[in-house]
Amino acid sequence: MKNIRYLVAGTFFGIVLVKAQVISWFRIQEMFQLTSFHMYGVIGTAVITGIISLQLIKRFNIKTIQGEPISVAPKTFNKGQIFGGLLFGLGWAITGACPGPLFAQIGTGFTVVGITLLSAIAGTWIYGALKPKLPH
Amino acid sequence: MQLMKFIQQPWHWSVSGLLIGLTVPVLLLLGNKAFGISSSLRHICAACFPANISFFKYDWKKEAWNLFFVAGIVLGGFIAGHYLQDGNDIQVAAATQARLATYGVHDYSALLPPEIFSWSNVFTWKGLVFFVLGGLLVGFGTRYAGGCTSGHSIMGLSNLQWPSLVATCCFMAGGFISANLLIPYLFKWLN
Repeated sequence: MKNIRYLVAGTFFGIVLVKAQVISWFRIQEMFQLTSFHMYGVIGTAVITGIISLQLIKRFNIKTIQGEPISVAPKTFNKGQIFGGLLFGLGWAITGACPGPLFAQIGTGFTVVGITLLSAIAGTWIYGALKPKLPH
Repeated sequence: MQLMKFIQQPWHWSVSGLLIGLTVPVLLLLGNKAFGISSSLRHICAACFPANISFFKYDWKKEAWNLFFVAGIVLGGFIAGHYLQDGNDIQVAAATQARLATYGVHDYSALLPPEIFSWSNVFTWKGLVFFVLGGLLVGFGTRYAGGCTSGHSIMGLSNLQWPSLVATCCFMAGGFISANLLIPYLFKWLN
């Protein structure tokens, strides 16, 4: 039952994704055609908000609601961030969605995006199978 | 009634960005969870088709919160899509509209163009490209990169991680190549 809170958080997040229109294929085309500031404004504001929030959490040693310490694992670099990043970017513009928006698009009624989601799960599986052979 | 009207209009980028950014501290405060969505795809593989692949051999149940979170996104998408829209066409930049017209995309009544995103396209070349190929690239690419827009571009950058900056630059580079070189070519071939 302790996971219900994440269902609620996800629901709010899903509503924001739709109202922000960041799940729109049109907004993604605008972003990559440099014809609108909207997506840059959303992502930029989100990053600034995240930076300030994390600094406050660290500075004041804020705990979780259960009183546990908060720690964020650092990201380690490997070449996957370049190769995988480029491949994901190609797919982002085609589908008009990163993984979060895929779920939201399905919710809004574009059920056909379920095919895209299944393909994304298959893509993740293929990565898992090929991982030992890929450059990292 | 006024409040409902206020919510139903498209939200300004600053409000949207603020609320998306707040997801980072909310998940940390709720239980020390790092914001990231593409991991859910890995957990689904680990839960349903592990196939003895070492990358999928871990206790995915410990990460079940992530699956609740994405289930919430579907629910939130449903609520916003059915009850919180004003019914107006989406406002898209004129230059992009002109370009999309050459692709055969003219319908702005929804967040996605029905000329592409409809069930009638599933068993066509268009469906193969936009659903199957696009989905494979998103799933393979995000896992290879170790995260997506949420895990790297928002969570990673918020935590000032330079590998996440590299990943974000590559996401953008791939997107620019795709939208300006690949997609025009694909539509020429598909139409």
